[in-house]
Amino acid sequence: MSRRTAQKPRTLVDGGDPAQPAYLHPDYVSTRLRAPQRPLIVLPHTESELTGPAYGHESIGELDHDLTRQHAGEPLGERIIVTGRVLDSAGRPVRSALIELWQANAAGRYHHDVDRHPAPLDPNFTGAGRCLTDDEGRYRFVSVKPGAYPWRNHPNAWRPAHIHLSIFGRAFTNRLVTQMYFPGDPLFAFDPIFQSVRDPKARERLICSFDLETTEPEWALAYSFDLVLGGPNETPLER
Amino acid sequence: MAAEPTPSQTVGPYFSLGLLLRDADQVVAPDAPGAIRLTGSIRDGDGEPVPDAMVEVWQADEEGQYRPEFGWARSGCDGDGRYSLVLVKPGRVADAVGGLQAPHLTMLVFARGLLRPVLTRMYFPDEADANAEDHVLASLEDASSLVARPTGDGLEFDIHLQGEGETVFFAV
Repeated sequence: MSRRTAQKPRTLVDGGDPAQPAYLHPDYVSTRLRAPQRPLIVLPHTESELTGPAYGHESIGELDHDLTRQHAGEPLGERIIVTGRVLDSAGRPVRSALIELWQANAAGRYHHDVDRHPAPLDPNFTGAGRCLTDDEGRYRFVSVKPGAYPWRNHPNAWRPAHIHLSIFGRAFTNRLVTQMYFPGDPLFAFDPIFQSVRDPKARERLICSFDLETTEPEWALAYSFDLVLGGPNETPLER
Repeated sequence: MAAEPTPSQTVGPYFSLGLLLRDADQVVAPDAPGAIRLTGSIRDGDGEPVPDAMVEVWQADEEGQYRPEFGWARSGCDGDGRYSLVLVKPGRVADAVGGLQAPHLTMLVFARGLLRPVLTRMYFPDEADANAEDHVLASLEDASSLVARPTGDGLEFDIHLQGEGETVFFAV
């Protein structure tokens, strides 16, 4: 294949940003054979990098955001409300962003075949939800607080309680998948996934805040958690 | 006011619970004109399949236009680390230096053990001329990992996360 001469691409050695995990974090054993080893090639920004899919409100069910009302009965556990905003790195709200969420039940068990933790499944809790942000970038979920659970990364390994969140920004390359943790968890110091973010200030951004104002008296505690998307910030088509 | 990005965390082993509830593996229907079946496997540094991975693609339409309501799909992997998608060949899109890019897909791979998704591109094997002038392919010492292989009834594109034959991955 003949190629026109091109400049050598700019490359990035992974792990330079302490506010994001490096691919290789040996304490998290599963990264050892899955982390790329070559430098990353920096892509120039074209429409391929600056555009992304959009989702309409018609695709979201009325109860998709409420994980406590997806079955005949109510799930066991501490009922929680999780709210926040999706923002770009300039601090602007990202509207109509699709958020997908999944989590363990209050006993620390996932509704998933691979999960063998001998904690009870809850017939009234699947642990999956989704919603779209509004014009101010706001979202709201209702759920139960997930339990901590053991895993086999190292002897006596336990994951701090967390909720998985997947977000689509304006551009496909803004995609974020993260985990939201709860304040004051004693397992933080021992969790290699949480600790894969080396900058302690950046780790704080993975922890939600207790939010008394949003709490509903005699019904549910509330936590707030803003999601800030990195990556390209140009907007070729303002939507 | 600038805001600091939220750090990425792995999808973990249970993401299918939240991300693969609904079928979303078709950019176009399999019987649509020009529909292409794209399959491939995700491999780790030992060459072993990665069954707990998910692939997402984003592409322009056949005219080379990106449209918000068209062009995205995702597929989980089976026990052999294989994904399967249906798409069409996109048209050519402007590059950053005044030319046209070769038809390509943007791909993200998520998996247990990936603390951030990996970003790559897939190019088409029957586009030798366009591939030869593509500004991204041309800038690489070895771009072969980014070009799919024809199979009897579609295309095959394997992704090697690590080691020999490691796929070219990008940053933005």
